[in-house]
Order: sequence, then structure tokens, then C-alpha cells
Amino acid sequence: MSPPPAVWVSGLRKAYASHLALAGVDLAIPEGEFFGLLGPNGAGKSTLINILAGMVQRSSGRAEIFGFDVERDYRRSRQMLGVVPQELAYDPFFTVREFLRLQSGYFGLRRNDDWIDELMAELDLTDKANANLRSLSGGMKRRVLIAQALVHRPPVVVLDEPTAGVDVELRQGLWRFMRRYNREGHTVILTTHYLEEAEELCSRIGILQRGRLIALDAKDHLLARFTWRVLTVTFDKDPGPLPETLAGFLSGAGENTLVLRLDQSRHSLSSVLAALQDLPAQILDLHVQEPDLEDAFTDILGNVGIEQP
Amino acid sequence: MNEPTRSTHSLPAHPRIPPSSGFRFTPTWTLFYKEVLRFGKVWLQTVAAPLVTTLLYLVVFGHALGGRVSVYPGVSYTAFIVPGLMMMSVLQNAFANSSSSLIQAKVTGNIVFLLLSPLGPSEIFVAMTAASIVRGVVVGFAILILALFYLQLPIIHPLWVLVFTLLGAGGMGALGLIAGLWAEKFDQIAGFQNFLIMPLTFLAGVFYSVRSLPPAWQKISLINPFFYVIDGFRYGFFGLSDVSVWLCLAVSAVFAAVASFLAWRLLRSGYKLRQ
Repeated sequence: MSPPPAVWVSGLRKAYASHLALAGVDLAIPEGEFFGLLGPNGAGKSTLINILAGMVQRSSGRAEIFGFDVERDYRRSRQMLGVVPQELAYDPFFTVREFLRLQSGYFGLRRNDDWIDELMAELDLTDKANANLRSLSGGMKRRVLIAQALVHRPPVVVLDEPTAGVDVELRQGLWRFMRRYNREGHTVILTTHYLEEAEELCSRIGILQRGRLIALDAKDHLLARFTWRVLTVTFDKDPGPLPETLAGFLSGAGENTLVLRLDQSRHSLSSVLAALQDLPAQILDLHVQEPDLEDAFTDILGNVGIEQP
Repeated sequence: MNEPTRSTHSLPAHPRIPPSSGFRFTPTWTLFYKEVLRFGKVWLQTVAAPLVTTLLYLVVFGHALGGRVSVYPGVSYTAFIVPGLMMMSVLQNAFANSSSSLIQAKVTGNIVFLLLSPLGPSEIFVAMTAASIVRGVVVGFAILILALFYLQLPIIHPLWVLVFTLLGAGGMGALGLIAGLWAEKFDQIAGFQNFLIMPLTFLAGVFYSVRSLPPAWQKISLINPFFYVIDGFRYGFFGLSDVSVWLCLAVSAVFAAVASFLAWRLLRSGYKLRQ
């Protein structure tokens, strides 16, 4: 028998009185993967994560963490899972160290100070160890949330919008930390609104829309679906009308500038350049824009005929 | 899109992780410790304030009525009201501990840390109820110590004192859990306290013997479970009570058991915690 995937979800449904949050999701995330879960607001991302974490009860279907059912075997599944919640929740009665010790105890760990110290050092929290959680800045609170998710060394970590509202420096720091954690063999599941973040970190992407998984593929495969490139050309003067072969691909124009949307499978860049060089103006600058995850995301949502946020 | 196959994988061995049905000491102890630490950090509000309020009752009622009212033979009125005031504080503070902890956690959102943990409903119930008992006992004991500076107070049956303290505080800790789970706003908890707990404790014979009431009010008092907790508790001090101490024990035990069962069932179902 094969080892169980880190996360396994089958036919997962969650119906609220007023709407269907998950409409039968199937998903398997192997151990060690950095997985990105994307989707517009209300797509069902948080519902899926909350079901895995045991905070929301499913209506039907199955959900397992390393083979442990999240409801029937909740102690073991939660022991395997660390969750960085989206909201900046904190307990105002305790210091950072007290809070992390209490969280360790909830997971059955009584002497966990070495790991707590290491985590605090890693997340630049050591100076704040004895500070009350209430006194911390938003960024610091976010770090504490990450530390609490990792305090019991879970093999699967879910980061629900971990960099929402944090500054660029902290975001970069968190990315480095998450990458390292993933390199050490941990499975990381990231939900984010920053598509750049998912593109930077994740090896596989799932896109949820209205409770359905409408795309699930390796990031590179998702991007490879898009063969178009945007070519922006700046001339020294008005280049005049485009030749017939390129006129159909003009997607924009400015002062002495042309923007062409080209399909790479049908147009080689050299033939396009040759045609442009025949124009009665000198090329001053060229810029080629590759499709990114945002384009893929927009395209996929557009193809299923759904409005974006 | 990759369709996952049915789950045919074998479960890996995780020897450090017990099965779901097991009751674990460390997580339970941790939650208990956290709850005690929580009220200890705000002791002025949680211990000193009820102590001062109770002492004011004692001084005002003791001086106003002390020379004029005699409830039990050989027991001064001031001594008579001390066990009642103690138990009233035990009940109110045990209720306040679990209810305020839960509603604060729910309103501020930090309940998520408890929900993400592997703590089961039995462990949460035991830890939070035990912490409520501790707060009730701390406040009650502090009142007793201060009262002993003020007057002579016998404790004829200390075991009954202990039994009714545990039943009263445990039952109210459980009732506080129910209120904390049900409430969505602080004012709902305040309503629970002001319109239910406070009248029931005040009308449970703290300041008088129910025998001194008109028959109709006596009958009404006898359907109040807090009356039996206070009457049995007072029996532990003076060896005297309005009704049989065994009846007090039975009603108090049923009250604690019903409140505990309901609280546990609500926790197990995830009522207003896990959608």
C-alpha cells in the first residue's frame, strides 16, 4: 500500500442554510508539496481549510490528514496539522512565551522551550518573548500566529492569507521561512490573494470557484497553457500603419509605441521583428511580457464564465 | 484535473499520538492552568472585587440586623449569613469564570487556538469546570478567612462543606460553559448573570431561613436548586439546615450532573463553536 498523502479530500461538500460553500471537492496533496489554493472571495478556500482544521463540520464527503479522518480521528489529524489563521487573533492575557507554551501543552508537549526559543529566534520574536501579545504590532502578531502553528512541529502547515497586510520586508522574510520549512520536508498549503506570492512559492496550484475546484495542476503546466506573449515596441517616431500580417495582433498603441499580443505557437519572435524592422521608424526599445499566474487565474475564471472579485 | 483515488493507503504508525477516544492529561492540565492563570492575572477583578462586595454585605447586614434577628438557636445572624454569602460568591464566581473566558475567546477570536488543538470535549469540560471550581473556592476561602477575623464560626461537618462547594462550583462552572457557548455578545452573558444567576442566588436563603417566609414563597424557594446548595453548605458549618442535608445533596448533585451533561453535550456537538 502507498503511504497516505498529506491531505486527501474526496467529494467534500459543505452546505450552509443560504448557500453551498463546497460542492464536491476532490484533492490530494502529497507529502512535501508547496501547494497554493487560490480563488476569489467566497470561493470556498477558507471553508476547505476550516474543514481540514476541524473548525467547520462537513456536510458530506471525506477529508483526511495523513490518512486520519478530520472528524472521526480528529486528535491525530490535528496533531499533524498547523494552521496560521487569517484573522489576527491573540489572547490579551498572555505574553508571547506563555502563549506558545500553552499551545505546546494543548498538543501534549510539556517541555518544548528549546523549540519555542528556536522558533522565536527564527521569526525575530526573541526580544518580544516576555511582551504581552496585546502590545505587539500587527506584523509581530502575524509572526506569533506562525510560531503557534509550528509549535508542535506539524508535518502539514496551512497558511491562510499569511501575508495579508504585512510590509514588504516581513513578507520576504516569511517567504524565506516558509521555503526553508518546505525544503525540510514539510507540506505547506498556502491560500493567498497575492498571486505573485503563489507563483513565487508554490509548485502546484488549485483554483477554487463557487465551491468547485476548477483548475488543479503544476504551476509550470498552468503557465504553459498560455502561449501568448505581449510585445511592447517603442519607436523613434510614428511607425505608420502595421503590415497586414501583424495588424490583427495590435492590442494597444501610444505615442510612438505599439503593443502586440502574439501567440507564440503561431508567430516566431524573429519573423515579427523582421516585419517591424521594415517599418519607416527605428526601434528604440522592446519589452516582452510572459504570462504570469495572474493571467492564468484571470483566464481560467474567465473561461468558466464567472465574474472575478 | 487530478482525481484522487479512494483512500486505500495504510495508516502510518504514530506511537506518540494516542487514539481519539483517549483522555490526555497534559492538554487538559494545560487548559486548566491557562484558565487559572487567566483569572489570576486579573485578581483585582476576579478575586478582590467579589471579596470586597461580600464583606460589605456582611458588615451592612450584620450591623443592621445582627442584634434583632435570630435564625438558628445559638447562631448569631452575622454568623448565619457568612456561609450563605460564601456560597453565593462561590456560585457567582464559578459561573463568571467559565462564561467570561468562553465569551471573551469567542468575541476576540482567540477561541481558534483551542479549536485547532486536539483537545476533546471531555478534556475542555474538565479543564474549564475545574478552573471555575478553583476560582469559586479561592473567593469563598478568602471570604472565610476574613470573616474569621470578624466573628467566631464553627465548621461542624467540614466534609459537607467540601462536598457542597464542589457540587455548587462544579455545577455553576458547567452552567457558565453553557452560557458562554450560547452567548454571542457580552451583554447576553450579563443578562444571564443579572436576570437568572443573581436573583436565584439572592433568593436562595442567603440572608434568611426559608422557614421565615410565607408558605407560598417557601414553595417557590424549594424549586430553586441554589437553595439546596446553600442550605447544605450551611449545614456543614452549623449542623442545622432548613431541609434534610440528604435532600440538599440529592438536588445539588442532580443540578451539577444535569448542567455538566448539557455542557458536555454542547461541547461535543460543537454548538456555536464548529459550524
